[in-house]
Amino acid sequence: MTETLPGAAIPNPTDEAAITAAVDQATAAIAGAATLDELKAVRLAHTGEKSPLSLANREIGKLPKDQKAVAGKLMGASRGRVNKALADRTAELEAENDARILLEETVDVTAAPRRRRAGARHPLSTLQDRVADIFVGMGWEIAEGPEVESEWFNFDALNFKPDHPAREMQDTFFVEPPEAHLLMRTHTSPVQVRSMLERELPIYVLCPGKVFRTDELDATHTPVFHQFEGLAIDRKLSMADLRGTLEHFARQMFGDEAQIRLRPNYFPFTEPSAELDIWHPGAKGGPRWIEWGGCGMVNPNVLRAAGIDPDVYSGFAFGMGIERTLMFRNEVGDMRDMIEGDVRFSEHFGMEI
Amino acid sequence: MRIPLSWLREFAEVPAGATAEEVMTELVKVGFEEEDVHRPTDTLQGPIVVGQVLSLVKEPQTNGKTINWCQVRVVPEGQEQTLTGKGIDPSGVQGIICGAHNFVEGDKVVVTLPGAVLPGNFHISARKTYGHLSAGMIASVRELGIGEDHDGILVLSRIGLDPEIGTDAMELLGLYDEAAEINVTPDRGYAFSIRGVAREYAHATGTSFTDPASRVNAPAELSGGYGVKINDDAPIYGKPGCDRFVARTVRGVDATRPTPPWMVSRLRLAGVRSISLPVDISNYVMFELGQPTHCYDLDKLSGDIVVRRALAGEKITTLDDKERALDAEDLLITDASGPIGIAGVMGGAATEVGDSTSNILVEAAHFDEVSIARSRRRHKLPSEASKRFERGVDWHIADIAAQRVVDLLVELAGGTADEAGTDVGTAPDPVTIELPAAFAAARIGIDFTEEQIVTSLEDLGAAVVKNDGGWSVTAPSWRHDLETKEDLSEEIARLVGYDQIPATLPVAPPGRGLTRVQQQRRRLIQALADAGLTEVLSYPFVSKAANDTFGMPEEGAARSAVKLANPISEEQGFLRTSILPGLIEVAKRNHSRGFRDLALFESGLVFLPAEGMGTDSIPPLGVKPADEVLDRLYDGVPAQPFHLAVVLTGHDSPAAAAHAPRVWDWADALDIARLAGDVLGVEVVVSQGSHQAFHPGRAAKLSLRTGEVVGYAGELHPKLLAASDMPARSVALEINADALFEAAPDVIVARHISTFPVATQDVALVVPAEVPADDVLAALREGAGELLEDVALFDVYAGKGIEEGKKSLAFGLRFRADDRTLTADEASAAREGAVALAAERFGAVQR
Repeated sequence: MTETLPGAAIPNPTDEAAITAAVDQATAAIAGAATLDELKAVRLAHTGEKSPLSLANREIGKLPKDQKAVAGKLMGASRGRVNKALADRTAELEAENDARILLEETVDVTAAPRRRRAGARHPLSTLQDRVADIFVGMGWEIAEGPEVESEWFNFDALNFKPDHPAREMQDTFFVEPPEAHLLMRTHTSPVQVRSMLERELPIYVLCPGKVFRTDELDATHTPVFHQFEGLAIDRKLSMADLRGTLEHFARQMFGDEAQIRLRPNYFPFTEPSAELDIWHPGAKGGPRWIEWGGCGMVNPNVLRAAGIDPDVYSGFAFGMGIERTLMFRNEVGDMRDMIEGDVRFSEHFGMEI
Repeated sequence: MRIPLSWLREFAEVPAGATAEEVMTELVKVGFEEEDVHRPTDTLQGPIVVGQVLSLVKEPQTNGKTINWCQVRVVPEGQEQTLTGKGIDPSGVQGIICGAHNFVEGDKVVVTLPGAVLPGNFHISARKTYGHLSAGMIASVRELGIGEDHDGILVLSRIGLDPEIGTDAMELLGLYDEAAEINVTPDRGYAFSIRGVAREYAHATGTSFTDPASRVNAPAELSGGYGVKINDDAPIYGKPGCDRFVARTVRGVDATRPTPPWMVSRLRLAGVRSISLPVDISNYVMFELGQPTHCYDLDKLSGDIVVRRALAGEKITTLDDKERALDAEDLLITDASGPIGIAGVMGGAATEVGDSTSNILVEAAHFDEVSIARSRRRHKLPSEASKRFERGVDWHIADIAAQRVVDLLVELAGGTADEAGTDVGTAPDPVTIELPAAFAAARIGIDFTEEQIVTSLEDLGAAVVKNDGGWSVTAPSWRHDLETKEDLSEEIARLVGYDQIPATLPVAPPGRGLTRVQQQRRRLIQALADAGLTEVLSYPFVSKAANDTFGMPEEGAARSAVKLANPISEEQGFLRTSILPGLIEVAKRNHSRGFRDLALFESGLVFLPAEGMGTDSIPPLGVKPADEVLDRLYDGVPAQPFHLAVVLTGHDSPAAAAHAPRVWDWADALDIARLAGDVLGVEVVVSQGSHQAFHPGRAAKLSLRTGEVVGYAGELHPKLLAASDMPARSVALEINADALFEAAPDVIVARHISTFPVATQDVALVVPAEVPADDVLAALREGAGELLEDVALFDVYAGKGIEEGKKSLAFGLRFRADDRTLTADEASAAREGAVALAAERFGAVQR
């Protein structure tokens, strides 16, 4: 690019036709510039020091006084038109340039890598929290206790007679030496006893946690599993209160359509005792009742063991398996999937259940 | 308990076409869970008929076997074959190949005709074999699925049958009957009998019930029978081991007579196989009435029967031909020769009834539940008899059951009953319970009518007498479980129906929400998951070696762990003192399933035993123990802190286009430990550590500001990784989360936020290689004084330009004042102070 237009004569600043021609030449060149670099050359050629218009402008000084005003006006307007054309074209080209760069930067968003690993909760742990939240929402509190427990809390305080078959049916892990009367809790019920001993009446607590039975692991059994048990001790509680609480809980857990059924059963720590079934409309193989847990009115001997007068207070208790709940709620087909720690199991659930 | 429907029908109004499923649907209402259905026709289909062997030709084969080519008549002579189908001969005579040799021409046998299906989905059809067309099969009991004996085919005369040819053999053998199996809860011993279940069926359906006991005519009194003495000098819990013993004698019995098929069929459906007629009768009566009985060969008894506890060193050979050493607590049936039975558990071999027995003594006794349970456990001899005695048998049924056995021995075995008999013992006092009028309604929540209460209790067999405040209720003799007014409330609710209980929702007093620790635990778990780790669970059962490796290193002390008395596997016989062994197993499992990039965590209790764990004794039930007794129970439970453990192996993220995943390393383990502290507001202090499970140079001890050690983090020991087939360079951490929870601040006091400009200065210090960076950083912080806002290590360098044995640490320092803009000189002076202290402590030299 050259800084001057070769061979161009210096136009007379009073010669409107010549000046207009120079301006037209300049604006045509500006419009013709395809890039910012071309435009820069055009700018130098038409507005630079040696451009016709600049040279013409310089001629004004040499003019007679009476012509200066006319020439000045003509040159001012002409140079203004060129500058405006330059500014407009610059803006246009810059915008085009910006747009091109952005276009060039286009990526394939579908090829984006996953840089952050989404972690996951174990669904048994998530479900345990969800159950706890429902009861906390009802004003209940969450109680906890040790997993290795004194035999008294696990059995005797719960009215299991020493030689009764019910005690044996619990398939207990005992701690060495057996004379020390320690065991792995077979249910979360010892936490109920601790709660009754340690808390002020009335008591409304939920006790979730791990429990242990000497079952070999297979599709439906595991030696380590989780339960949640509820205990309410108050004046004048009846089995109707138990049913109402369980119905409320079932609806929170499974929706307003949830139904429960109580069937007579036997537990040493409750009298009357009941088996709790839940109606499962979406069960594989058709709608049916599913065994969910056990419940009943707290046996007066259990209250006595905790120093509570059964003539003044009564209570109810219930207990369900968390694994079992997850199995039918989320259609887990095999107990081992929950136990083995395969990351696919937890990660499929993520933070939800 | 399995209930053959034909048997139940004798005493309850079970509709003719009812299935086992329908019967269970009724029983579940009164509290018997459904277990299973036993229905022979599920696996067995006719035509299966009685046939008579007309001819039998023995044909030796080249393979050395001899087979029989039989012509078997399956339709009475002169009648037409009405069955049609491929392979069924219209003549009524089938040609059948049979390999068994225990029959002869003229024998009546069971013929499975073409079209029949046997257990194992074995379809019978006419087929060519050994050069003949064999059209059917002569069946053995095993092939029919009704016994184990497969020495030969079933010859009907040998089981006392001579049916007409063509008779439906399935009908004949009771194979159209079926049994419902229900679960009987341990409080309801009475329901281990047809008598008890029939009564419950009547409760469930509102129909009538015939007591099988009422059909037996037992004499009101027995005397002059065999001599029996009850002599228990060591009752358990003060309860005599035996409080009734009925003995009856039957003479001239033919013990070899076959048991009638109807009895065999019912026993089989009930779950016991036929052994011999006297034994079958004894079992039959037990299932029907709930009273176990025992038959002795009268001629093998010597002297009076004495029921007593075992003497030191006594032994008995039981019916299963095993010699058993007896315990002083075992209750025995003895005669002049010594023990002849472990009471209620198993009889002795010496006095066993056999084929040659002709005179029988029948025992029907009542034993203490606890005594029987202990003997059964001690000798590992669970039996149908002990199951019933442990759960309680009706005291008043013993003489009736004995009579029923006698009657059947007379009827079926051709015996003659002695009129004289023995009945010693004392009836227990009946249990009378006061039931206040409003009690059941208050406990159940149903406004029971007086009639509902009285009728329900009377239906159970209780005697109900109205009194001022309610009723006096005398429980029936077979209901040992009814002791309190609560028990009666359950019975009333059960008979009225649990489905009648309304629903009311009690309102708990205002609660306090989750406790601090419960919230902290949740936050910790959620934070780890949010940070990209996957929560898993493992079992707490570990080996001693695993505990030794992963337990906290203790100076000089032998590592101890809680040992299980009855672990599932002896190898994993201890409870974990660390979560890592289980978590590493989980990592390995995932690795072997093709998952190489893992970030796993688990939280849970670990078990730390102390000396003198547990208590020597435990207080009785139904009473609150004294405070000091309770304290001992509490203190005897070992410490079980809540731990968090992490294992990282492979990369931090999946490989992808335009993304280079980072390999997890030791620093990640430390980082997560610090993150765990951060989310709880607790500073986790890291220092060079030494732990047998970790790389000796790449392990960090994790502590609190107080100095309390709370865990370890770093690279796992290369040898340990190699030995456990884990990828090299896997890293891990374990931390006592309870200690973090406890250290968390109750209230965090806000800091003033200065808006004056920051002045930053970098400094590079050369220190001996062994000086921990964190210590240098602490010196800088201390030396810089109050103007220092933050200091961070941004580079560690050793090598060219740095003296051997030294390293260069580069720190960035940020200064800021609360009240003014710092001058360059002020910042420099503070930096100089920082460097000076580092120089003083570690000989640090500025580069």
